[in-house]
Amino acid sequence: MAEARQTVERPLSPHLSIYRPLINMVMSILHRLTGGALYFGTLLLAAWLIAAAMGPKAFDAVGAVFAHPLGLLVLFGYTWALVHHMLGGMRHLIWDTGRGFQIWQVNVLSWLTIILSVTFTLALWAVGLSLRGGL
Amino acid sequence: MGYRTPLARARGLGSAKEGADHFWRQRVTAVANIFLVSFLIWLLVTHIGADHATVKRSLARPQVAIPLLLLVLSGLMHMRLGMQTIIEDYVHSEGRKVAALMLNSFFVFAVGLACLYAVLKLSFGA
Repeated sequence: MAEARQTVERPLSPHLSIYRPLINMVMSILHRLTGGALYFGTLLLAAWLIAAAMGPKAFDAVGAVFAHPLGLLVLFGYTWALVHHMLGGMRHLIWDTGRGFQIWQVNVLSWLTIILSVTFTLALWAVGLSLRGGL
Repeated sequence: MGYRTPLARARGLGSAKEGADHFWRQRVTAVANIFLVSFLIWLLVTHIGADHATVKRSLARPQVAIPLLLLVLSGLMHMRLGMQTIIEDYVHSEGRKVAALMLNSFFVFAVGLACLYAVLKLSFGA
């Protein structure tokens, strides 16, 4: 029905490409992107759990894939997406209470999201690798 | 019934009779995930490079298995809601939208059940 009525070529509102990127806009896009990535990244957790349930052979095979440089890169990205989406979600929970909507607050919260997500991810990997004793 | 206007029938039911249900479940699972994902990160960081026996022993402990089961339930519910929003935002053709929404449910239930099965199998000591 909606398609049938649209006979006149109406102007569209300007979209992403028209705006100068602002930090809150970039964080909004990253929130959705990391959410979508985590959706498929769950397959990594599933693979780990299922392999563990199948036995040592399957577990070692999955472990070898994860330990490959490309595997490590994917896991690093997954960790960052997880941390970033979590911090972004907290920002949204703050906004849900009606607080933090002054422009400067929006900017501070947005910058905090990216700064903390990168910091936490690097710290987590530093701790994880030191526990394991190197790459 | 025939005399009632569409507005009268819809009044008080909210959109699609669910109102803010999607929003609310998204938020409840989001708050739960803060704790459960923090737990998962701790679990993974302490098990990098761990061998099968160690992982099996860890997952057999109820204090590990139960939060993990909760994480799978809460995380997958959150994922399903989030992907539903993405699909509804970007897929406008009705047929493809319905198909994508179905695939979303299939994916989430399949991955979720597989994870639950694996954790339960490990924690019941198979």
